[in-house]
Amino acid sequence: MDLVDRALAGEARALARLATHVEDHDTTGRTAIERLYSLTGNAHVVGVTGSPGVGKSTLANKLVAEFRRDQRRVAVIAIDPSSPLSGGATLGDRIRMLDQYADDQVFVRSVAARGHHGGLSATTGDLIHLFDATGYDPILVETVGVGQGEVEISKLAHTSLVLQSPGTGDDIQAIKAGILEIADIFVVTKSDFPGAQQLQHVLTTMLEQGRETRPVDTAWSPPVVLVDASRGEGVERLVERITAHREHLLRGDGWAERNRRRAWTEIQAALHRAVEEASSEEPSHVAKQALRAVMDRAITPRAAATQVLRDADFG
Amino acid sequence: MPDSAERRIRVLIAKPGLDGHDRGAKVMARALRDAGFEVIYTGLFQTPEMIASAALQEDVDVIGLSILSGAHLDIFPRIMAELKTRGIDDVLVVAGGTIPDEDRQAIHDLGVAAVFGPGTRLQTAIDFIRDHAPMRAEEL
Repeated sequence: MDLVDRALAGEARALARLATHVEDHDTTGRTAIERLYSLTGNAHVVGVTGSPGVGKSTLANKLVAEFRRDQRRVAVIAIDPSSPLSGGATLGDRIRMLDQYADDQVFVRSVAARGHHGGLSATTGDLIHLFDATGYDPILVETVGVGQGEVEISKLAHTSLVLQSPGTGDDIQAIKAGILEIADIFVVTKSDFPGAQQLQHVLTTMLEQGRETRPVDTAWSPPVVLVDASRGEGVERLVERITAHREHLLRGDGWAERNRRRAWTEIQAALHRAVEEASSEEPSHVAKQALRAVMDRAITPRAAATQVLRDADFG
Repeated sequence: MPDSAERRIRVLIAKPGLDGHDRGAKVMARALRDAGFEVIYTGLFQTPEMIASAALQEDVDVIGLSILSGAHLDIFPRIMAELKTRGIDDVLVVAGGTIPDEDRQAIHDLGVAAVFGPGTRLQTAIDFIRDHAPMRAEEL
């Protein structure tokens, strides 16, 4: 029994160790994903995004509890930023996710972004595959606390929750491009704070104004759900909306479409990585040969690039 | 990508038991972050089960226990037992806080590799952790 077999048999320690290898993108991690990929495709991937302090972890904690009522095994991937200076990170999401610590059907993993931009880590997609293959469904992905433009989560998740809290802007903020456009469900957090209902109204109005011109799935009107996650209020209703969105996707071609989008995003990422490596590192054996051929005017630089890329390591 | 190019030492910082002061733990978490470690901070009032469960899921290399309550001889053995129960046998455990000199041998015998008392320089703790974090072999 190697790590993959043990993780598939439900051994949490093996799964945790595999997650480390996947995060490090080392040989073991890559081999594991190669072996597990055919088992994926079952989990509902739910993104939780919004600005720092809006309440993502607190909400995730309550969502997990709500999903557990249906006996589903839940995984949480909680991402925090890495220091651009030291490369280190303080991963502090878990502190708010301790309610289910004794429940062995809940797996929480804190992840550092490691320099990746867009609100996720470079290996988030593979971590999703790992939890998907080992029977976790749903998988919650909590992004780095983001501002306005970090929308990568919408390419990996089936359902994106965009969190907003009262007191953070007027109705012009609500028609800006970016994160508000990717929401499948809006969540107004801290519903006990002044201005929460006003924010709900602003978002609802924004959505109604955009009904005809929205460039995405027009058959689904994103609901705006008020929650007070620290007290658990509104969470049950939110889970109903999440489930309704999943059913909506499955009824039409939305589910397949989002899976296709996710797969293409991952293919693109692998391509980018390979090109970057092939062009930035010390020339490989093939590259050196191609370089020599260019020097001899035997082939063009463009033809050499083709040869190098054919030999590239797609990690 | 070369193997383990991105490998970072992961450290769990936990405050076991009834002990409401986490300034030292936060200072340490910050210092380790600045030294390039990935630090998982789980906050106050952690039971031995919570600490072991977090260490398992997060697959940390190092556990730093911060304690000021005086209950170390009671709670540390329980933490080490919970780790053992879960098969976590390759993690470096260190402690910080107020642990009297006469208790240090007993703490050490439990498998806690170092005790960083008041006045310890942050760099001393950082260097110790970097030098003693377990090496991991490739598996699979």
